[in-house]
Amino acid sequence: MSNEQEIERHTIAVLVANEAGVLARVIGLFSGRGYNIESLTVAETDTTESLSRITIVTSGTKMIVEQIKNQLRRLVPVYKVADLTTDGPHVSRELALVKVAGAGEKRVESLRIADIFRANVIDSTNESFVFEVVGATEKVDAFIKLMEPLGLVDVSRTGVAAIARGANPL
Amino acid sequence: MAQHDTQMTGAEILLKALVDQGVEVIFGYPGGVVLPIYDELFKQNRLRHILVRHEQAAVHAAEGYARSTGKVGCVLVTSGPGATNTITGLTDALMDSVPLVCITGQVPTHLIGNDAFQEADIVGITRPCTKHNYLVKKADDLARTVHEAFHVAKSGRPGPVVVDLPKDVITGRGEYQPPSRMKTKYKPQVKGDLKAIEKAVEMIAAAKRPIFYVGGGVVNSGVAACQLLTQLVRMTGYPCTQTLMGLGAFPASDPLSVGMLGMHGTYEANLAMHGSDLIINVGARFDDRITGRLKDFAPTAKKIHIDIDPSSINKNVMVDHAVVGDAAHILEDMIKVWKAKQCRPHEKALKEWWATIDGWRGRNCLHYENSNKIIKPQYAIQRLYELTKYKNPYITTEVGQHQMWTAQHFKFEQPCHWMTSGGLGTMGYGLPSAMGVQVAHPGALVIDIAGESSIQMNIQEMATLCQHRLPVKVFILNNQYMGMVRQWQELIHGGRYSESHMEHHPDFVKLADAFGAVGLRATKPSEVDDVIKEMISVDRPVIVDVRTDASENCFPMIMPGMAHNEMVLGPEENVHVEPGSDEGGMVLV
Repeated sequence: MSNEQEIERHTIAVLVANEAGVLARVIGLFSGRGYNIESLTVAETDTTESLSRITIVTSGTKMIVEQIKNQLRRLVPVYKVADLTTDGPHVSRELALVKVAGAGEKRVESLRIADIFRANVIDSTNESFVFEVVGATEKVDAFIKLMEPLGLVDVSRTGVAAIARGANPL
Repeated sequence: MAQHDTQMTGAEILLKALVDQGVEVIFGYPGGVVLPIYDELFKQNRLRHILVRHEQAAVHAAEGYARSTGKVGCVLVTSGPGATNTITGLTDALMDSVPLVCITGQVPTHLIGNDAFQEADIVGITRPCTKHNYLVKKADDLARTVHEAFHVAKSGRPGPVVVDLPKDVITGRGEYQPPSRMKTKYKPQVKGDLKAIEKAVEMIAAAKRPIFYVGGGVVNSGVAACQLLTQLVRMTGYPCTQTLMGLGAFPASDPLSVGMLGMHGTYEANLAMHGSDLIINVGARFDDRITGRLKDFAPTAKKIHIDIDPSSINKNVMVDHAVVGDAAHILEDMIKVWKAKQCRPHEKALKEWWATIDGWRGRNCLHYENSNKIIKPQYAIQRLYELTKYKNPYITTEVGQHQMWTAQHFKFEQPCHWMTSGGLGTMGYGLPSAMGVQVAHPGALVIDIAGESSIQMNIQEMATLCQHRLPVKVFILNNQYMGMVRQWQELIHGGRYSESHMEHHPDFVKLADAFGAVGLRATKPSEVDDVIKEMISVDRPVIVDVRTDASENCFPMIMPGMAHNEMVLGPEENVHVEPGSDEGGMVLV
């Protein structure tokens, strides 16, 4: 039995009509009701039906997370809401572009760590690299942390994309 | 080849769509970009237009119309300020689940985003205060959008829907689509799950200290739902309490009714909630004005929640069992299951429970000290009730003490006869709402019970009443104060009456006269009956200025942040509470 007051992190997949303002409705719901958004990604995923998929990572007590899902289901252009965290096993990935500037040993060290993390160099100058790192949020966090003392100057993250394991669609 | 041209202008399409949706009356106000629609209105006679004096009033009037008929209310306003003036009304309708479609004009599509004259991003502004909203970009999409707007407004938990129409869409040409060709993915669950209903009935039959707690959802579901609820309550013999929004869903005169619950509810209703072992919530939402301090709310009760909106379940109070669906369908199934299973209530336990409740009733919590010198507000409302009940009147209110006294002392036997701003608490709601009720029920007695402060928020609608010959009666309990504000200041803020006293009020009798209505006044208790009788006999709009005791407070009261069993019954209990208690991040106000 988990504590009712315990803060849980949930990854929620939302299938919406790809129409103007739909993202504003979802975001407005979160800000208007004081819910957290830790990460949000959105893109059209079905061009024939004109559907977009929003992946939201949020946190709250069990009651709040239940509310979030029910409030999302109330929105007219929302067709499906699935809680990937509770509905079964799922995989999630995030991509980050990480810019590191510097010279000498630090520059070499950043390349070595990138290799360990299987990050790719996608841009290079004499005094900088841009790494592309893909993985679970924790892995991306770890990579960025290791780059900090090595000349980290800029980060751009996509936010989490997630999908249920197995053969079934959302 | 004109006979093959099925194209119409946007304005024509709009009016045809409204007629096909069964609209008879539009509450509105013209302006720049909607002029082509007004031009079309001029040319036809199927849609009646009520010209208000302020757009907020148009929305409240449509609310009154919708709540007293069960139909969708319809509003038409222009862009920019016309549209922004509807915000309070739309929010009010959202909070109280009133089905509305509000048509707003918009600047032409090529000017949107250019800060054009009378431009406002109304889809953006109304997103959080509507159930849904649309910006129509082509005349071809217009009919389908209007049909879907009506479908969304009235399906599931009802609410307001805005349709924003740019001027080039209004004047452009497009194809009309009948309602039958509307496709929508919005299909809320109506039927309740039968297994869940069976479990609910088992819980109800097993209860020893049960109480029905019914809200506006039953009224919204319709007259049939209220009849089914009454049937179910009578089959069980259990007590039934109603929320402010639920008054009329169950007959107030029925001995099983324990009256309203909550902050100004009855002693018996609140203590029965507190002492119960099962709460059967039908169409109510455990609002903070109902529950009081959450952690001490109905501590020994199991809770069943029946609601059409899944997001209402477990929002404020964790419940033990939920049934999602429309109240009428679920109540009908519950009655069937109750009969099929030959359920019987726990006779002995129920008898004891009623004995306890009757003990609480014996406290006579709505009692007040009457006077023969000064008019007590409760007395005025009691007399109004006694002298008008034979006419089965429609009652609207503004917000404040007079609203709570009306809820306590006016007895509602039927649904849809009671229109008040519950969720948003909008001062200025009552007069325009009564206007909408009177439009829907031309021969009926419609009374706005008001305070002298609230009434001034939309007093301009007296002109609308006179223009359209709507004989609404405005019954002002005039105590010279924002009474509820004054009451809180007395009880919670050390008697420092900061800005709650209006030192200057209009002479309401002369004001009525200036508008072309009839003004009456009562200053002594002996005059109350006479002004009420005269008010009823006049077939014109009337303002009655009833001068009441300025120091009277509304009791019983659960002070903010307190629990049901900590009610204050009257002024003899010296009350003192600290303002703004905080409970786990929830500020109770």
